[in-house]
Amino acid sequence: MTTQNNSAPAGTTSSAPQRIRVLVAKLGLDGHDRGAKVVARILRDAGMEVIYSGLYKTPAQVVDAAIQEDVDVIGVSLLSGSHGPLFGALCQQLRDKGAGHVLVVAGGVIPEQDYAGLLESGVNAIVPQEARSELIVTTIRDMVAARGPI
Amino acid sequence: MTIYAKHALEGLQAEQAEWEREELAATLKARAEEKAEYRTECGIPLKRVYTAADVAHIPLEDIGFPGRYPFTRGPYPTMYRGRPWTIRQVAGFGNPESTNQRYKYMIETGQTGLSTDFDLPTLLGLDSDDPMAFGEVGRVGVSIDSIDDMDRLFEGIDLEKISVSLTINPSAWVIYAMFVAVAERRGYDFTRLTGTLQADPLKEYVAQKEWIYPVRPAVRLLRDLIIHCTNTTPKMNPISLSGYHLSDVGGNAIQEIAFIMAFTIAYCEEVTGAGIDIDDFAPRLSFFFISHQDFFEQICKFRAARRVYARIMAQRFGAKKPESMRLRVHVQTAAMSLTKIEHTNNLMRTAIQALGAVLGGCQSMHTNGLDEAFAIPTEEAMKLAIRTQQIIRDEINVTSVVDPLGGSYFVESLTSEMERQIWEVLEEVDRLGGAVKLVEDGWFQQKLADSAYSTFKLFDTGEKISVGVNSNVDASSSSAEVEIHPYDENCTNLQCLRLKELRATRDTGLVQSLLAELQDQARNEDVNLLPKTIELVKARATLGEICGALRDVWGNYDEPNII
Repeated sequence: MTTQNNSAPAGTTSSAPQRIRVLVAKLGLDGHDRGAKVVARILRDAGMEVIYSGLYKTPAQVVDAAIQEDVDVIGVSLLSGSHGPLFGALCQQLRDKGAGHVLVVAGGVIPEQDYAGLLESGVNAIVPQEARSELIVTTIRDMVAARGPI
Repeated sequence: MTIYAKHALEGLQAEQAEWEREELAATLKARAEEKAEYRTECGIPLKRVYTAADVAHIPLEDIGFPGRYPFTRGPYPTMYRGRPWTIRQVAGFGNPESTNQRYKYMIETGQTGLSTDFDLPTLLGLDSDDPMAFGEVGRVGVSIDSIDDMDRLFEGIDLEKISVSLTINPSAWVIYAMFVAVAERRGYDFTRLTGTLQADPLKEYVAQKEWIYPVRPAVRLLRDLIIHCTNTTPKMNPISLSGYHLSDVGGNAIQEIAFIMAFTIAYCEEVTGAGIDIDDFAPRLSFFFISHQDFFEQICKFRAARRVYARIMAQRFGAKKPESMRLRVHVQTAAMSLTKIEHTNNLMRTAIQALGAVLGGCQSMHTNGLDEAFAIPTEEAMKLAIRTQQIIRDEINVTSVVDPLGGSYFVESLTSEMERQIWEVLEEVDRLGGAVKLVEDGWFQQKLADSAYSTFKLFDTGEKISVGVNSNVDASSSSAEVEIHPYDENCTNLQCLRLKELRATRDTGLVQSLLAELQDQARNEDVNLLPKTIELVKARATLGEICGALRDVWGNYDEPNII
C-alpha cells in the first residue's frame, strides 16, 4: 500500500484526460538508478510522458526541470539514506518557485520511521520498494486525478 | 580426454530411453509437472535429470584439479582445509571515529578482515563542505576528507596484521595515497600491508554509477594505481573487478561474468600497453561477485568464471605464472533479494546464498545484514551476519572436501554451458570494438537496464517469487518498524570544522603549487600520478582539492541518457 498525504491539493472537476507528465529524478549523489529507470519504463508503458533527469541532480535542478517541462509529478528514487534533507529541500523549493501544484512521489529505500517526516515536508506519496507496476501507476493516476488540472 | 567409453554411453542412453518410457511416463501420466519448462535465472534450460551423457563431451582437463589450470575446482589445492575464507563484513558510517569503533566491535565478534564503505562525497571526490555534499556526509559510509581522517579510521588497528578492503572507485588513487601515507606515518613495512582497493572504473559507468571524469582518464588513473601499487605495496590488490554491481543493477549471471571479464581484458590491455609484463601485476588482480538466489547457477558461475579467467590470462595475454591465472574472489550475498516485509526471512536468504558462495569456492565474504532493506545495518544485524558465516564454516562440515560438487553431472554440465555463453558475449564485445568503447556508447548500460526491467516484469506476473511479498503473503504482516542504524546529525559539522582547521594550519601555498604540478602531469599520458598525489596528501591537501584539480584538466563525465 502506498502511504499518501491526505492534505494533497483537493481535486476539481475532471476534464478530458490528458497524458500525465512525470519527471523521474535522482537527487543528490546516489548512483542507484536501477529502480528509477524501471519506474520510468513502467510509466511510459502505462501511457505517461516520462522525462528522466539523469544522476547527481540538486533539488534546485530538479525543480527547474519540473517547471520547464511542466510536469504533473516528480518521482524521486533515493537509496542513499539522505531522503530527509533532500526531499525537504526539494519540496521547499517547489513552493518557493510557485510550483506547489507539482506532486512529489518518493520511492527507494525509505524506512517507515521516516514516512511521517517526509509527508510533513511536502512529499505527496511514498511508494514502497516491493510495489508492483500496478500500484506505481495507480498511485500516480489517482493523485493526479485528485489534484485535477492546473 | 573423457572417462566414458562409447559403449557405456550407448548403454546409458538405452537405459534412459527405457526409463522415460516406463517410470517417467507413468509418473507424468499420474501427475503432470508443475511447469512446462524449467530454466536457470539467466535462462539456461534445465533438464529433469542429468546423466553421464551430459558431461561426456567435457574434457577432463577442463575440470582438472584445484589450484591448477584452468582452476575450475578452486584457486588453491587445499582450499578451506588450508585456510577458511575471510569473514569480511563491510562497514562505514559517520565520522572516522564511529567506523573505527564498529571495526573494533566486529574484530571482537570474530571478523577476520576489514572492509570500508565510504560516503558518497568521498566516493565522488568531494569534500564534506562542498555544496554538492549536502545531506550526504557520513550517510552510507565513512567520511574521509584528508590524511588525518584516514589515520582516525584505523586508530589502534595494526595494518600489518589485518587486511583492509577499501570500497572506493573514482577517487581510489587518492584514498590509496592516504592509506600508504598513514602507513608511512606509523612506520609500517609497505611489503606487509595487505588489502584491496575496489578501483574498478568501467563498472562504475555501467552499474554503480559513481564517476568523476570521462572514461579514458579514469582508466588511466587505474593504470597508474595498478603500476604504483604493484611496485610499492606488493601484497595489496589494486583492483577488485566487481561483477557484483553488474548483477545488482540488473545483470544476470552470464552478464555479470562476461562483462567483468570484458573489463578485465580492457584493463590488462591498458597496463600491458604501458610496457608492464602481465605476470608482474596479474597475480594481484582480484574479483568481487554476487551470490544470488539461483543456488546451482551461482555455484556454477563461480566455477565457470575461474575457467574463463584462466584462459583469458594464459591464451590472450600469454601469462606464464599460475598466480596470474588464478581467480580469487570476494563474495557478497544479494542485497537485491532482501525484503522489508517479514524482514527476518532475510536471514534465511542470506545463509543459503552464503552456502552457495562457499560451495562455489570464495576466498572472502560479506553476508548482508537482515535489516539492509531498511538502512545500513545495526551492530546486532552484523553480528548475526558474522554468525551465519561461522555456522557454515564450523558446524556443517562443508569445508573438508575441496569443490564437493565437482563431478556432479548437473554442475559440470551447467558450468560448461555458462562458460560457453560467457565466451559468446566476450566475442561480441571484441567484434563491436572492445569494452571501453562500448561503455562510452552505453551498450552495457542498455543491456543491464533491459535485464532489470524484464526481471521486474517477472515479479509483476508472479513468475519470479519473493516469499512473503508476492507469494505466501501474510495479510497481517506489513513492513515492520525495525530498529535501524541511527544517523549522527553532528557528523557533517564535525567534518566541516576539521576541514576548516586543516586549511588554517597547513602550508596552503605548498598545496597549491603541488596541485598545479599534478595538473601538468595529468596532461602527459605517460606520467604516473601516484607519487605526486602521495606528496599532496602528506602536505594535507584534501580529497576534494585533488579530485577537483584533475576535474579542471579532464572535465566531468557526461552520462548517455539510457532508460
